Amino acid sequence: MTTLDVVFVLLGVVAVGAAVLVVTTRQLVHAALWLVVSFGALAGGYLMLTAEFVAWVQVLIYVGAVVVLLLFGIMLTRAPIGRSADLDSGNRWAALAVALATAGVLVTVLVRGFRTAYAPLDVAGQGAAKPLGESVFRIWVLPFEVLSVLLLAALVGAIVLSRREI
Amino acid sequence: MNTYFHDYLVVFVLVLLGAGIVAGGLGGNRLLRPHRPTREKLTTYECGVDPVGEGWAQSYVRYYVFAYLYVVFAVDAVFLFPWATVFALKGYGPTTLGEMFVFLGFLAAGLAYAAKKKVLSWV
Amino acid sequence: MNYLILSAILFTIGAVGVLVRRNAIVVFMCVELMLNATNLAFVSFSHQHGNLDGQIIAFFVMVVAAAEVVVGLAIIMAIFRSRRSSSVDDANLLKY
Repeated sequence: MTTLDVVFVLLGVVAVGAAVLVVTTRQLVHAALWLVVSFGALAGGYLMLTAEFVAWVQVLIYVGAVVVLLLFGIMLTRAPIGRSADLDSGNRWAALAVALATAGVLVTVLVRGFRTAYAPLDVAGQGAAKPLGESVFRIWVLPFEVLSVLLLAALVGAIVLSRREI
Repeated sequence: MNTYFHDYLVVFVLVLLGAGIVAGGLGGNRLLRPHRPTREKLTTYECGVDPVGEGWAQSYVRYYVFAYLYVVFAVDAVFLFPWATVFALKGYGPTTLGEMFVFLGFLAAGLAYAAKKKVLSWV
Repeated sequence: MNYLILSAILFTIGAVGVLVRRNAIVVFMCVELMLNATNLAFVSFSHQHGNLDGQIIAFFVMVVAAAEVVVGLAIIMAIFRSRRSSSVDDANLLKY
């Protein structure tokens, strides 16, 4: 077991543990904060996969913006923060069945399909901002412009949805 | 490959160092200070007056608009980093500049819409 | 390979959260968890195949997820304003 494997195991344990706590904790704010931990561990995983730009974008967008928005949503919808009793719905056994099925199918497919496909990127800095920028502005220009339209649509839609009371 | 992980090892050590300074400061403080709580000392400080009500209050929906404007523009700023690294290179130039301005133009249209709907005015 | 299994596990946890939780915002967090799991799969495919496209797709998925959170939370706010509740079980008018 190399150092990279050890780091992977640590990051994986943190990510999975924090994700389990997001699903099981009884306090809404704690769920959002555990989500930060899980996303941070995933950003570490991206760094280990030499996708450094994606890792920092993860920190910026998810930890910096999306979780802030989620916390805002919690503050707006539930004034008394603390333990909430009615957080779980009744379909626990259906959820367990779905979980086992999903995990079984996904792990089987991944193990059977991709056990041998392995050709690591061994060029340093392959996932830095510059090669990604070259790729975005050479090959992925149209999706990039379409994303701006999507963001415009999201902005206008959110304003229309939330405007009545402001 | 090895320089890449070496660089991030430095970053990691720096993060550990920062966390250690904060934890050491708070921990040293905890070890050194006397600890004699009374009921009055534990109440929330509210400019010397007795606190009224609870610590949590529901905030206004209108502030939410600023939160999601922030998210949309954080996303837009993320695209500026790869763009800034390549647009001066050979073979990119004005085209890439124009593409970025089309992107920014769409977002500016969204901002103009928000301004027209009086979302941005101070309330 | 290990990263793919990690992403499968995270996806499963997110799916269970969507099914089990009742608060709309926690359901949202679990959806984000699932999106992140797929992102991890994309990045590790990119690493396996020595190709940057997976990372670009993960990047775009993050942007789309941010847009989705903006609109989704606006919808949750609208529901909350009309029914004073953020539980997904209360938004059931379309059922009848």
